[in-house]
Amino acid sequence: MKEKRNIFSILLDDRHRARTISYTMVAVAYIILEVMLKSGNLSSLFTGLLVPATCYLVAAIGLNLNVGVSGELNLGQAGFMAVGAFSGVCVSGILKGAVPAVPRLILAIIVGMLLTAFVGFLIGIPVLKLQGDYLAIVTLAFGQIVMNLIMNLYVAIDSTGLKVSFVENNFELQTGGKYLINGPMGATGTERIANFTAGTLLVVFALVVVYNLIYSRNGRAIMAARDNRIAAESIGIDIAKTKMMAFVISASLAGAAGALYGLNYSTMVASKFDYNTSILILVYVVLGGLGNINGTLIATVVLFLLPQLLRGLQDYRMLIYAVILILIMLVTNNEYLKTKFSVLRRKKA
Amino acid sequence: MSDKKTPVLEVKELGIDFGGLTAVNDLDMSIYNEEIIGLIGPNGAGKTTVFNLLTKVYNPTRGSIIFDGQDTAGKTVVDINKAGIARTFQNIRLFDNLTVLDNVKTGYHNNIKYSPVSAVFRLPGYYAKEREIEGKSRELLEIMELSEYADVTAGNLPYGAQRRLEIARAMATEPKLLLLDEPAAGMNPQETEDLMRMIRFVRDHFKIAILLIEHDMQLVMGICERIYVLNYGTLLAQGLPAEIQSNPEVIKAYLGD
Amino acid sequence: MRFLSNLINGLGLGSVYAIIALGYTMVYGIAKMLNFAHGDVIMIGAYVAFFALTRFAVPLPLGILAAVVCCTVLGVVIERLAYKPLRQASSLAVLITAIGVSYFLQNGAQLLWSASPKMFPSIISSGAIELGGLSISYLTLITIATCIVVMVCLTLFINRTRTGSAMRACSEDKGASMLMGINVNQIISITFAIGSGLAAIASVLLCANYPTVTPTLGSMPGIKAFTAAVFGGIGSIPGALLGGLLLGIIEILSKAYISTQLSDVIVFGVLIIVLLVKPAGLLGKNIREKV
Repeated sequence: MKEKRNIFSILLDDRHRARTISYTMVAVAYIILEVMLKSGNLSSLFTGLLVPATCYLVAAIGLNLNVGVSGELNLGQAGFMAVGAFSGVCVSGILKGAVPAVPRLILAIIVGMLLTAFVGFLIGIPVLKLQGDYLAIVTLAFGQIVMNLIMNLYVAIDSTGLKVSFVENNFELQTGGKYLINGPMGATGTERIANFTAGTLLVVFALVVVYNLIYSRNGRAIMAARDNRIAAESIGIDIAKTKMMAFVISASLAGAAGALYGLNYSTMVASKFDYNTSILILVYVVLGGLGNINGTLIATVVLFLLPQLLRGLQDYRMLIYAVILILIMLVTNNEYLKTKFSVLRRKKA
Repeated sequence: MSDKKTPVLEVKELGIDFGGLTAVNDLDMSIYNEEIIGLIGPNGAGKTTVFNLLTKVYNPTRGSIIFDGQDTAGKTVVDINKAGIARTFQNIRLFDNLTVLDNVKTGYHNNIKYSPVSAVFRLPGYYAKEREIEGKSRELLEIMELSEYADVTAGNLPYGAQRRLEIARAMATEPKLLLLDEPAAGMNPQETEDLMRMIRFVRDHFKIAILLIEHDMQLVMGICERIYVLNYGTLLAQGLPAEIQSNPEVIKAYLGD
Repeated sequence: MRFLSNLINGLGLGSVYAIIALGYTMVYGIAKMLNFAHGDVIMIGAYVAFFALTRFAVPLPLGILAAVVCCTVLGVVIERLAYKPLRQASSLAVLITAIGVSYFLQNGAQLLWSASPKMFPSIISSGAIELGGLSISYLTLITIATCIVVMVCLTLFINRTRTGSAMRACSEDKGASMLMGINVNQIISITFAIGSGLAAIASVLLCANYPTVTPTLGSMPGIKAFTAAVFGGIGSIPGALLGGLLLGIIEILSKAYISTQLSDVIVFGVLIIVLLVKPAGLLGKNIREKV
């Protein structure tokens, strides 16, 4: 029997066009927004949304690699963002005063990314032994575990150095000392060093990584393992290894996004990165089209900004997202519509 | 390494049980380099099970498989392909959402390598190796007469072309032994004729051994140099096509009592 | 003694998980899908029971009946509208849809009834039985008793009735069942109906134990009960009972002896270890894809 995987609408014949469109969209959006920002034509509400939007873009591009390209449902992307966010906040807090803001931001993002990649690798070892629904539910469990662990983590710094404690909050800080992570209260007193330019550069970085990976030996192996596991093994592809690659890269992009996100707010609680945030990112990816990066870009921006700008929609936002998820799945898997679409596509070609 | 004297594949007393059921038993088989061998038998005789044993999808309960001078015990499906056995599937298994060209390129995964780092940062190694993969893949498409479909999504290919693409993808792993599971199933006589020509060409051009399962006797008798006949999981007969055709045991197995 | 009373509390919580897990396991066994929205059906059941008991002040049995009827209808409607069109789709598509349904119910409830918690009335007298220094609350006893009754009824139904044997046939081989004249779609609907009805019973027990009703009330018990179902072996009814009870005991014991904050970490840790060591669960069977 042939496996049905037709929801993956990867336009491989238009590969170069897809990439060009992505980079052009990002560049045009950046220039317009930056000009408006510098000339003071952007409302403070909108200005405040710019960095978070780029963070969600990066996390969503990463998740699309995992769900769309690798075909494994990951319900713990927010957990990886949390790892990046809190490690990034710590790095920035520790280096405050010693390193200027820009290199400190870069360093925080790099550390957040690498640490998350490592955490992703550790989690990936058990997770990727599973398939399908089980894999999804375990990523969900891990997301919850990560969030719970961070909520019990205490990190503080004072003149005597860095203090780390788990569950027990028993530091006796010297004067001038402060908490970087304060258990359930999360990160407090973070210096806000994130900015829109850094966010845009991170989006470009994510695009470069994902596109270059997809159109390579490793990317083909990842998609082969998704389309037909047994056939992929029969031509010598190590499934665990290729899935791990997609999983770790996806996680590390979420970690980088998290670091930027954490450094954009003076306070941040771990529960911000709960299951709902993971689902939110998943909605962006699903609406944009699994495996379709341009779709992810557009869907993320529209779904992130629209409800914020149309306040009336705010209450109904989540309900609308839920309906979107269901309808997209019903429409893209409808046999009648699918044949209609393939007829259209053939006519075009 | 292997010439026409020493077998590339040597199967000794091979057997597998599923629960209490013996699917294959006491199978001996030798395949020499550059041979085309047929594996035939009535439905349910255990032919595909033999392929699954050879490629380590199943682990044998008894017996040994020596490939290219090495015992394959303890190897995985992936190891076996790396060692030099490639296969196609009775129920076609393509990467449906990849293009025809990319399906073949995927086959070069272990033979033309570069690191993910050079892929992500597009280092010079990437371009050189990708060009090599592209060239060789197009050559295989040419051989299997699939060039016109290069950019078509594999899932949208006509049936016969899908079967040929599976062969091209398997050949991209540069095997020493190619296993074809009913390569002509669903093809019309003209397509079968073309396929026979291609199989012969592949053998001559790449100098490999081919073992094929097939029900189309025109194809089997036309290109196989030797034939093994399987019935109820055990070897019923083996020999030249002419011998098999006149073997009363074989005729009985096919026609029933 | 403290250990024994923790153990009994664990059995009480575990009984609730077991009833919820039955819903997951039956649907997984027959429709081969993870009904992510199952936990949210529980939540709807809790709201229905809450409004029936407070605003309409109906007697308790009628309140429970109202919850059961609403949840059963809801379960069947969800299956017909959202899952049935996806019978032939990939499991990824089905799971995403189920997540969508779960989200829909949660946020719909929040819009209808607001996010602020509602206090569930106390429905079972707060007394306890004293047994040689060991005190077991009526609530715990009733919870465990309900679980036993549900298990017995369900086992009898599955093993002794025509519909039950049709369900077993469908879980073995849907194609063959269809050829034998079984209406597979109807069986799947019945499965959803039973699972959702059980969810309603679970919702009342859950609210009796933890009397705050919120739109997200079902998600955590839902995920934990799924863990229990996997633990016991998904598709297996005794497995759901065993998994549920064990998970309840693990949760209460880790709260009592390790850490309250980390009890969820431990429960999810159990899920991960189980899936790695014995992916088919304690009483499940392994399935392998045919090549």
